[in-house]
Amino acid sequence: MTDIREVIGTGKRVERHHGWPRFEVDRDGWIRAAETLAEGRLTLAGLWGEKAAIHMAVLAEDGGSAAVLTLACPNLTFPSVGRLHPPAIRLERTVHDLFGLVPEGAPDTRPWLDHGRWGVRFPLGACEPAPADGAPYTFLPVEGDGLHQIPVGPVHAGIIEPGHFRFTANGETVVRLEARLGYVHKGIEGLMQGATLSRAAELAGRVSGDSTVAYALAFARAAEAALGIEAPSRAVMLRALMAELERVANHLGDFGAICNDAAFALMLAHCAVLREQVLRTAEASLGHRMMRDRIVPGGVAVDLEPAGAAAVASLVKEIRAKLPALIDLYDNTASLQDRTVGTGYLKPELARQFGAGGYVGRASGRAFDARRALAYAPYDRLTFEVPALPEGDVNARVWVRIREIEQSLSLLDQILDTMPRGPLRVETAPPGMPVEAAAMVEGFRGDVLVWLRIGADGLVERCHPRDPSWFQWPLLEAVIEGNIVADFPLCNKSFNCSYSGHDL
Amino acid sequence: MRKLLFESLLKPILTERRPSSDEAAVAELAAAVAHTARKRLGRSLSIREVDAGSSNDSELEIHALNNAFYDVERFGIRFVASPRHADVLLVTGPVTKNMRQALERTFAATPGPKWVVAVGDDALDGGCFAGSYAVAGGVGDVVPVDLHIPGNPPSPTALLKGLLALLDRADAG
Repeated sequence: MTDIREVIGTGKRVERHHGWPRFEVDRDGWIRAAETLAEGRLTLAGLWGEKAAIHMAVLAEDGGSAAVLTLACPNLTFPSVGRLHPPAIRLERTVHDLFGLVPEGAPDTRPWLDHGRWGVRFPLGACEPAPADGAPYTFLPVEGDGLHQIPVGPVHAGIIEPGHFRFTANGETVVRLEARLGYVHKGIEGLMQGATLSRAAELAGRVSGDSTVAYALAFARAAEAALGIEAPSRAVMLRALMAELERVANHLGDFGAICNDAAFALMLAHCAVLREQVLRTAEASLGHRMMRDRIVPGGVAVDLEPAGAAAVASLVKEIRAKLPALIDLYDNTASLQDRTVGTGYLKPELARQFGAGGYVGRASGRAFDARRALAYAPYDRLTFEVPALPEGDVNARVWVRIREIEQSLSLLDQILDTMPRGPLRVETAPPGMPVEAAAMVEGFRGDVLVWLRIGADGLVERCHPRDPSWFQWPLLEAVIEGNIVADFPLCNKSFNCSYSGHDL
Repeated sequence: MRKLLFESLLKPILTERRPSSDEAAVAELAAAVAHTARKRLGRSLSIREVDAGSSNDSELEIHALNNAFYDVERFGIRFVASPRHADVLLVTGPVTKNMRQALERTFAATPGPKWVVAVGDDALDGGCFAGSYAVAGGVGDVVPVDLHIPGNPPSPTALLKGLLALLDRADAG
């Protein structure tokens, strides 16, 4: 096991930072950390800026411990991590776009979220006025005989989020895919600055709509760790109930949608019915189909009545009865397997290097699950497995989802059986001095990180929510290489990265 | 697979009764839909969905319109792949500044007569995201809006009510 402290040397530990330790390091310590990431002895979990400082979250190799490293940047520059460790490149481009901090020696200095349309530069840093002229974007060059380009998006042909994909193909075979994102950047981190805790929690729940429970939970856990309070045990259990319902709903939706992208619409029809039943149960028992704004700092905003608990129990029974026939159908339909097996192969080394979370990592052998690795309540008391497969193809990503649905159903049973009685919420009060914390939870798509600093007056000074998609989007570009253009929807859906969560 | 297909012949249908169209939505629309609409539209409505900055929750509920419970196609409402084929743009938002031009161009590419339906609370005036340096505002700040379906996000039933209101007005036109 790698001791983070040992790796980064003797940084100064910051008091009043909770959840994980935070260390202030010098340039040498920062570079040493980047080298350790490049050697694969640590995993990058996030990289974000402030007006004159840069932060990086790292996980130990086994995932069981984590830390935040901070480098002060009085000259608004810092040694590039992306120069040594590619997963940091897009994060550094974003840090430059938002704060104006310059990564020295960065391999890619093109803007990322900034499309030249905001009317300002460095909105969270110096905030200089800039013409909103939509400066042109340079795609990476691709050269060779017989190549042609296919531009797609930002407005797509289906009901999906906006992003631009530039395919370079040789006949039907994709030679290179380059994505351009940032279209749905809403400036959430900017809106959070100076917001009350409850408004910031609302914004956190709107970073990515399909993961509203995961984000609200990560934010609430960070806020509680910072303030040194604990949610009541009934609230903790209700939160897990919501998180597992959200996971089941999304996995069911994806299971059907992936098959539909292989032109197998029957599975979509069946899965969509089950997904709808999850959402209806959520509305009947918790008051909102997607359980938005139900988790708040200090606890939960809604109780589960006995009728609601019965509805969830019968939902679990229903899905358990229906799922085996669908799994059988998936596994025994040759035309479907022909499309999913071997398609969109993600190498285990790449998954590990990028710290890919969720089914993307777990289908390529990276068995990290924040519920298990960081063992936050109530998962430390519940029994479940973390399914992982080594194959790394679309088929493996489907199977990991199927196995996770089964695990979540078992978790829902356990949660209902052991639900304690008691209060739902504790009050939060201004801390009287600045406090900070980091928290990570397992959303359906992977690990969601929230880093939070609360001022003495109880208002948010700085919050950074980090979506798992940051480390999954670049891998999608890698897995499509050598596949045919028509398999892109299949690869894309099997990843199901969030645009809104990434663009923020 | 055969077993599943046979089973579905015997199962009761999941589709539910048509919801009554929303009064407020009808009123909002009254001025917007012209007499010619019926002739041009008949009883069908082709929709191009455009995400202009939503947090993807509205997209999930719009997707749900196609599931067996709501089965939106039985009302003659269908989703199409291109604005060139569409009567209606169903726009979710707030409109981000990075998406503004794409929305304007999609609107320009839609042949008339056309209607714009803004979906969700954020699509009205930016909602939760109003005032951000990266947000242009509600959908109405960028393209003319004929109907707004409120919600956070609106449920499939609310969406269906709004779209039926659009068809009702076109019929009555």
